[in-house]
Amino acid sequence: MSVTLSAAAARHINKFLAKRGKGVGVRLGVKTTGCSGMAYKLEYADDVDADDLVFESQGLKVLVDPKSLPYIDGTELDFVREGLNEGFKFNNPNAKNECGCGESFNV
Amino acid sequence: MALLQLSEPGDSPAPHEQRLAVGIDLGTTNSLVATVRHALPECLPNAEGDVILPSVVRFLRDGNTIVGREALAVQAQDPRNTIASVKRLMGRGLQDVDAPMRGRYDLLDAGGGMVRINTVAGPRSPVEVSAEILRRLRERAEASLGDNLVGAVITVPAYFDDAQRQATKDAARLAGLNVLRLLNEPTAAAIAYGLDEAAEGIYAVYDLGGGTFDFSVLRLARGVFEVMATSGDSALGGDDFDDALADWLHRKASGVDLDCSRSRALLAEARRVKEALSSAPVVTARVPLAADGVREVEVHAQDFVTLTQALVDRSLSPVKKALRDAGLGVDDIQAVVMVGGATRMPHVRSAVAKLFGRQPHTDIDPDKVVAIGAAIQANVLAGNRRPGEDWLLLDVIPLSLGLEMMGGLTEKIIPRNSTIPIAKAQDFTTYKDGQSAMAIHVVQGERELVQDCRSLARFELRGIPPMPAGGARIRVTFQVDADGLLSVTAREQTTGVESHVTVKPSYGLSDDEVAQMLKSGFEHAEDDMQARALREQQVEARRLIEATRQALTEDASLLSASEHATLLTEIEHLEALSTTPDHLAIKAGIDALSAATGDFAARRMDKAIREALTGARVDNL
Repeated sequence: MSVTLSAAAARHINKFLAKRGKGVGVRLGVKTTGCSGMAYKLEYADDVDADDLVFESQGLKVLVDPKSLPYIDGTELDFVREGLNEGFKFNNPNAKNECGCGESFNV
Repeated sequence: MALLQLSEPGDSPAPHEQRLAVGIDLGTTNSLVATVRHALPECLPNAEGDVILPSVVRFLRDGNTIVGREALAVQAQDPRNTIASVKRLMGRGLQDVDAPMRGRYDLLDAGGGMVRINTVAGPRSPVEVSAEILRRLRERAEASLGDNLVGAVITVPAYFDDAQRQATKDAARLAGLNVLRLLNEPTAAAIAYGLDEAAEGIYAVYDLGGGTFDFSVLRLARGVFEVMATSGDSALGGDDFDDALADWLHRKASGVDLDCSRSRALLAEARRVKEALSSAPVVTARVPLAADGVREVEVHAQDFVTLTQALVDRSLSPVKKALRDAGLGVDDIQAVVMVGGATRMPHVRSAVAKLFGRQPHTDIDPDKVVAIGAAIQANVLAGNRRPGEDWLLLDVIPLSLGLEMMGGLTEKIIPRNSTIPIAKAQDFTTYKDGQSAMAIHVVQGERELVQDCRSLARFELRGIPPMPAGGARIRVTFQVDADGLLSVTAREQTTGVESHVTVKPSYGLSDDEVAQMLKSGFEHAEDDMQARALREQQVEARRLIEATRQALTEDASLLSASEHATLLTEIEHLEALSTTPDHLAIKAGIDALSAATGDFAARRMDKAIREALTGARVDNL
């Protein structure tokens, strides 16, 4: 069981955390909304909750709540550039279908 | 495939609901676009990595345009078709344009109030030129954010009047941008600093940009900004430092008149030297000569300070005035925020530090701080507000708004420096018996007499039912929206007849004039008081004379011949007095006529009561 960060994702998360001035790491998860069932959650984490699963990747803490883990286990979070646009991308082996925009998925 | 952004805890957007908005600093010299990504504000770069887009537009014969650094680079070769500092022309007529701008471009008076610039592609309005800049920034934003751009907050100098604000909005629409709102530049800077630090207190924003100087006093309390006072000098900016240095270099080097493209090259060199002097004690300038070639001139930092200290000092008097307006001393100011690339000059920083007795804030890049504040505001307006996070932003109107009263007097409805949006109503009445219409003349300015203020609009309220003078109740409501645009409504309260006007931008009032109007309001305070007193007494005298004449026509039978003659003499006496400039004498005349008619009025009252009672039974009364 693991959730990992790509080197590019880690580099950007470190940069954003430094600019933001606080935070212990990032939280990945899913929400049960969206046009194709599930939506990804990607947030700064200020606290580690008692039941959080904590993964270390590229020297950063990646927090996942236990209910979300089955949907995103094995995911690598990447940071990509597409022209001037840039942002994070979930490479999730569990996702079977994604909606056209990739913002939601089902398993 | 959409790329995801990092969010604040608990703040992940639902799919397809991430609403991205940008803040745009549409500057005289440079423009920038910023947004909030990964919960952090940042300026968006172009493909080459530059965040700053020089506000320079070059028009080509085929109608295409080149904007930004490439246009700046060829400015010297094609000066007439390469438009810089177009912001100075926004919302202005030809007569408002200052000499340097007239010298650089082929300007036309094309009617409609706003000047046109004659280019190889045909005449272009400042709105169209600004739209070219905004269009490039919009394209950059869309490429950076995907297709999620919901709108933009665009900043304007605090001193921009309605015409200039409207011109800015028009330019944005022309560029295909949805304007969420316009925001005063210093207020945007305060957002960039204030929200990050969440500090309470009174702050000053000193914004010396390329072409305009704005100074604002802001109060921050529990996340709410209130602009307490604004002032400035719209004809003072980094460009003036360039001009001063260019003049000096030119005199040192040759003093022979340069052609258009060489004087542009000279100006560009002056700018480079100015920027270099912020970090180096001596810089060698390469000054273009009238014939081919350049002459090298050594410029010491102290030369530059001596040359431009007067410009720095000129910025300090609006600062003092704004503090006076807000009723504050320098000790009340908790911190001073520096905005605008020109505040990098060490002698500007030290002058501000000396005046306020403290070092000003320069933590955020002074070129980016306005765009960053606008981006934060845009993010909130686009709906990316966290639950419970609900802050307002208050701005002020720069000049009082009012209307014309009898005698050409101004009645101020909304005083200057009122926070907007604002609505205020005041009741007025009719001056003559049976008056069925009322002309409403909306004016802007600080002076007591309408002739000294700026006329904004005129409209009429018709259909007032016939009533004695003073019987009608007409409520006039002034409403200024969040963008500083004014609508005025007049409503007769008994019948509900209504008439209104939205003040269309009457292009032409320059911000110099705004400053001048403010200044003259203070300089003429004493004259204005006298003039008001005189007009008030003249209006009262005329009202009394008319009322007395009316009464004499109706009830002459109540007076003996000699009483009648006495009243006529008093009326003539007052008529003569009311043309003199002595308001105290007119007042004495009014009192004399009132006293002389006292007995007559009592008899008329008795007669009216007798007529009312004749034939009436006590029970019916």
